[in-house]
Amino acid sequence: MLDSYLPIIVLIGIAVGFAICTTIFSRLIGQKKPTEVKLAPYECGMPPVGSARERMSMKFYIIAMLFIVFDIEAVFLYPWAVMFKKLGLFGFVEMGVFIAILLVGYIYVWKKGALEWE
Amino acid sequence: MQVLFFYLVAFVAVASGLLVVTCKSPVNSALALVNTFFCLAIFYVMLHAPFMAAIQIMVYAGAIMVLILFVIMLLNLGVETMKKTTHTVWGIVAGSLVMMLTFFFIKRGQPANISGPITNEVVESVGHTQLIGKHIFVDFLLPFEITSILLLVAIVGAVILAKKEV
Repeated sequence: MLDSYLPIIVLIGIAVGFAICTTIFSRLIGQKKPTEVKLAPYECGMPPVGSARERMSMKFYIIAMLFIVFDIEAVFLYPWAVMFKKLGLFGFVEMGVFIAILLVGYIYVWKKGALEWE
Repeated sequence: MQVLFFYLVAFVAVASGLLVVTCKSPVNSALALVNTFFCLAIFYVMLHAPFMAAIQIMVYAGAIMVLILFVIMLLNLGVETMKKTTHTVWGIVAGSLVMMLTFFFIKRGQPANISGPITNEVVESVGHTQLIGKHIFVDFLLPFEITSILLLVAIVGAVILAKKEV
């Protein structure tokens, strides 16, 4: 069973090894001529203004919370999709009811304006 | 080999769990928590539950960690909160109490010698996700539909709570 995960472990190993090697080699053979501008935090080419630890808007939080809910909805879709052929029409109706109830929530969120980014 | 791997992952899980509570910056704690979630996902894989592992990473390491990070940023825990808070004595007391309880129940509990109908072999032959799907959509049909109402309540609750603030 676990042997089938060997390719994944090898892949993770190569990825980690590559990351470590790039860091080490760039430190060893890279040139270092630091100037004040080079050491400044990069912010899309703009001069950085103020502290990076600013208070985030509440809107991000709503989006993240709604994301969790619909993420869990998506989680239920995986075993359903795997069993779709065996469940047939019954399963289709079942999932239809499930999604319809959540669609009510989606419409509520939409109408309430929680997805607006004013 | 498998036991060795288990101990390795368990060590990483415990170490990153300790980092969660000892890191001074909350964002570092959150990253250590992500590491713990990944270790738990590896445990699920070792328990022949690959679907649970995928869900663990998708929902916990993905969605819930994003939420936790947003909470950290929303609260804007600045430099002044990075001071070390000490509850060492109570922490040790509570920790050893939990450990004693755990040992007590492990010692007392007699593992039943019978195993259920779903053994490792069944999981191997039918498939883990298929088994979950069959049980959710056939045996636990009503709880599954009620879950959607639970999620609906969560949506409405989130919007009402958040809109009050804005």
